[in-house]
Amino acid sequence: MVCESWKAKLDTYLDGELPSEEMRAFDVHVHNCPSCSADALTRVQMKRSIQAVGKRFTPSAAFRKRMQQRIEAKPRRSSFGFAWMMATAVIAILAAVGLTATYNEREGVHTERVYSEVADLHVTTLASSSPVDVISTDRHTVKPWFQGKIPFAFDLPELQNSEFSLLGGRMAYLDQTPGAHLIYDVRKHHISVFVFQERSLRLPTRLNENSFAPKNVAFNMETWSQGGLRYFVIGDASASDIASLAKLFKADAS
Amino acid sequence: MYLARLDAQSDSFEELAMPLFDQLYNFAHWLTRNREEAEDLVQETYAKALKGFSSFRLGTNFRAWMFRILRNTFLTSRTGLKATMILSVDSEEDGPELGVEGNTPETILMERSNRQLVQSAIDELPVYFREVVLLCDVEEMSYQEIAETLSIPIGTVMSRLSRARKTLRDGLRLQFQKG
Repeated sequence: MVCESWKAKLDTYLDGELPSEEMRAFDVHVHNCPSCSADALTRVQMKRSIQAVGKRFTPSAAFRKRMQQRIEAKPRRSSFGFAWMMATAVIAILAAVGLTATYNEREGVHTERVYSEVADLHVTTLASSSPVDVISTDRHTVKPWFQGKIPFAFDLPELQNSEFSLLGGRMAYLDQTPGAHLIYDVRKHHISVFVFQERSLRLPTRLNENSFAPKNVAFNMETWSQGGLRYFVIGDASASDIASLAKLFKADAS
Repeated sequence: MYLARLDAQSDSFEELAMPLFDQLYNFAHWLTRNREEAEDLVQETYAKALKGFSSFRLGTNFRAWMFRILRNTFLTSRTGLKATMILSVDSEEDGPELGVEGNTPETILMERSNRQLVQSAIDELPVYFREVVLLCDVEEMSYQEIAETLSIPIGTVMSRLSRARKTLRDGLRLQFQKG
């Protein structure tokens, strides 16, 4: 019974993840406690077995060759080391105006990319044979479904006395970040609402400029940041419908 | 001179990503349990990573980044969605499991050394448990790397790992009793 507190941390110790002082104390204890020592030994054996068995699958030579060929057109990324920064600084002094223009252009391209990706997520979902993974008009069913699937919590607005109805939700990923995707209906138009953690996304600053209108996006879209979360509302419904749904979310989150 | 060295060191996608090919494939196969699906998953992962490579931040963990893309791609696939519906990861706050005495699955392992038994036990783990055990014990990722890969806090990594290992031990014990 004396060893319970030690044994509770035994796996963390064997994974080498305890703070160094605790690791040292653990070393001493394990060397002097037959019970913990035996337990540690068997757990190490277990880890080794898993490691041996876990490296089980190998790609075929044909698949490896296929992938190698696809990747061969390798894009070299620029190095952001000291020398590069020095060179940039010189160029910046000589052509400050030019760089500003380039920066604005890049921001614009980045913003376009974010809009395109959100639009793609919306279209792909609607084209899917099963657009929602949790089918419910009840926000009290949809919201708990996301628990444990995304690393944040959010609220869904009350829709009584509004024209919107909730169809359900599913997981979405933007910039490799998990988020919630909610689908609403208004007069036979589907509207997607995406919610992501703001700090996990690498978004351009320009996204918050209301005056920036994305090109090549056939949908109406509204985006804003509130309470550390980034919201996107997108659909082929009218701009006023998009704004109304966004307003409900904003009111609920404030 | 320094500039030339920097250029030589500048990493291309291929140089960074291809050494991970075997590991990613192995992980994909464990997740999908199917060769064709694993190949599709790896292919899609590389395509997405190549597309997003310009946004990858130097100095951050490339391996965790690649594994995260693969795992997220798997979760949104049909197989992944089915697999994740089996278990809701609740009570992540459960305390770590205490040691067990007597004839433990580990001693069974030592005695029988049965690879098939361990393979089946890993295979039968729910996907949230399978992935965390594989990342820790097979890929030998640190808790920090696992947290980055799975987009969860380190505390959750620890509790999930603890529960996964307990489930694995229980599974082994059951198979031993059956056998």
